[in-house]
Amino acid sequence: MAVSETSSPALLPPPASPRRRRLPERLRTLLVPLLAVFTALVVNAIIIALSGSNPLLAYQGLWEGAFGSPQALSETAVWATPYIFAGLAVAFAFRGGQFNIGADGQLVVGAVVSAWMGYGLPRLLPFALPAFIHLPLTLLAGGLAGAAWGAIPGWLKARTGAHEVINTIMLNYIALLAASYLLNGPMKDPSPTNVLARTPLIAVSARLPVLVAGFRAHWGLILGLVAAVVIWWVLRQTTLGFEIRTTGANPEAARYAGINNRRIIILTMAVSGFLAGLAGAVEVTGLNYRHDLSFSTGYGFDAIAVALLARNDPLGVVLSAVLFGAMRNGASRMQFLTQVPIDIISVVQALVLLFVAADAIIRFIYRVKAPEQRVVFTRGWGR
Amino acid sequence: MTAATSPSGARARQSRNSANLLRYGLIAGIIVGLITITTVVGREQNTPAVIIASFLATLVAVATPITLGALGGIFCERAGVVNIAIEGLMLSAAFFGFVAAAQVKAWGVPSLPSLLAGVLAAVLASVLFSLLHAVLSITFRIDQVISGTVINILAMGLTGYLHQQLVFQGGDLPAAGVLPVLRVPFLADIPVVGQIFQQQPMAILAIVLVGVTHFVLFHTTWGLHTRAVGEHPRAADTVGINVQAIRYANVLIGGVIAGLGGAYFTLESVPNFQPLMTNGRGFIALAAVIFGNWTPAGAWAAALLFGAAQALQINLQFYASALPASLGFLKTSQFVGMVPYLLTMLALTGVMGRSTAPAADGQPYEH
Repeated sequence: MAVSETSSPALLPPPASPRRRRLPERLRTLLVPLLAVFTALVVNAIIIALSGSNPLLAYQGLWEGAFGSPQALSETAVWATPYIFAGLAVAFAFRGGQFNIGADGQLVVGAVVSAWMGYGLPRLLPFALPAFIHLPLTLLAGGLAGAAWGAIPGWLKARTGAHEVINTIMLNYIALLAASYLLNGPMKDPSPTNVLARTPLIAVSARLPVLVAGFRAHWGLILGLVAAVVIWWVLRQTTLGFEIRTTGANPEAARYAGINNRRIIILTMAVSGFLAGLAGAVEVTGLNYRHDLSFSTGYGFDAIAVALLARNDPLGVVLSAVLFGAMRNGASRMQFLTQVPIDIISVVQALVLLFVAADAIIRFIYRVKAPEQRVVFTRGWGR
Repeated sequence: MTAATSPSGARARQSRNSANLLRYGLIAGIIVGLITITTVVGREQNTPAVIIASFLATLVAVATPITLGALGGIFCERAGVVNIAIEGLMLSAAFFGFVAAAQVKAWGVPSLPSLLAGVLAAVLASVLFSLLHAVLSITFRIDQVISGTVINILAMGLTGYLHQQLVFQGGDLPAAGVLPVLRVPFLADIPVVGQIFQQQPMAILAIVLVGVTHFVLFHTTWGLHTRAVGEHPRAADTVGINVQAIRYANVLIGGVIAGLGGAYFTLESVPNFQPLMTNGRGFIALAAVIFGNWTPAGAWAAALLFGAAQALQINLQFYASALPASLGFLKTSQFVGMVPYLLTMLALTGVMGRSTAPAADGQPYEH
């Protein structure tokens, strides 16, 4: 199981080259993803037309809904925030040769734990927690819960060879069932009017402030940008990052180089889970101020699309998270204007993913000669 | 090399046999355990014979999509193509099968032919998505797990979208109903136990296909070629087997079988479609393939195990009122609902016997 991003299967990942890449070359690596998105939108337009709606009107609604007003921009930022964290989670795992389909589950676990830290912890303490302690603690707890949930499949893989793809999916279902139990039972919001599976509101001291008064976009976005830079730095500039990339590119070579593969696998999955858990924690502390069962669905698969479109580049993740966030956000306006169901966005995502994964199709259609970046990822069942 | 006759080969076979014995023993043990729980809980309301028979009848029915999904997976993986798209194949089959059956019914065709048309459409949908998987993973040689994920996301999005579209356009097609119950001759007439042998067509087909798949894989030239391609494509190519063609064909055969599994959801189990209704059964089927060591019989046993976990949930709901306070946690459906997923993870650890994948599973082949 390995990730290599060069045309030939390299033994080691490309070194962090001190030589700056020239700008045109940088732009050319963007060409294929951009064309993939464009092609996906074209194919998607055909699907919309075939199912009896006007694709141009739909896309106009999508654009207006995503960028048409300050309100729309703020909501796009709101959507992009969890995508940045969850996308980073999946991308980081990919770089270490692990396929984390479990961002969904890790996000739920992170959200549930941070919600409890937000409303439950203050009740246990005899004194009021100041925000500068309570808020970081809440975020950290959510991240650590996600890390623990992510480390389980990592540990199982390192110990027994059980493939993380199936285990992370199974843990998604288990996390959702556990959350369903907690939010309908011990953690249910006790207010007499509540019939939903949700927690009480978290304390004010555990809330992330909004960026601009009157809009919902919050500091989680800034945290996401910081996280992207940190992950980029860890992967690019640290020994640990080098070990992770080497294990991802070629586990055999990594072992010969004296890298403890098992440790790296568990660590990779734990960090990935930490990021996904943060996605949940940020949603709770920055946006909803509680956790509701219906808040967290489908982020995991969206995150795979975000990561792959970005070719697992942490900074690219920010861009593709904004793109997918914009689409998700604009979709409501599109549905309102044209009655094209929101679900069409999942189709666009799948198509983007299709054309990014099979970029040979894109190269063929547009006769592109961009540098090939092939993601080789599975070696059977990794035993 | 005749590994089977050399001493080390004999030892390997012996250890494999004992691993299989352990695996099947554990599966039987867990199923018996789950049945015992149900029997004890329901003892006030029904006799053990009735409870056991109804448990087994449920078990056979709910194991159907897992069995069919697993058999589809075995064809793909024996030929060296990892197929995590089974979930998506079954979901799209469930949707298109349902819509086709309802549409044909709306044209005034009687129920049974409409349903059969639905099954055909289900299989067709699944085969088309399988073709996409084959093109992506065999021709374009993109990573097979990623290709499978793409198809899963596409199937989830497309069925969700089209389902919404149907709802929006007020086209609430009346369902064509479900496939009729068939009775196995003689066996179905036995009192009490008979209900195990009164099953709908997909459930019976699934069991028949276990035998057929075994025969095809291990007793035909086709099966030999398939396994050769999955174990050592280079060698197969050298002796003149068309690796790509065999892989394509097996992925499509897998698609047919997974399509039947999808038909189970909307044409046999319930007469309606819900978004994401396959609910991970395709992934569990994949685990059944691995746990069953890529053999039809093994995968079936695993499917029955996962089916038993689900049958426990269904049967316990029936007797929920009789649960004593000490077992009150069983009332919370969430905990019982976790059992199949936990069992899947346990099965993959290898504690219950290790599995060996076909050597070239997941590896694209280049001439």
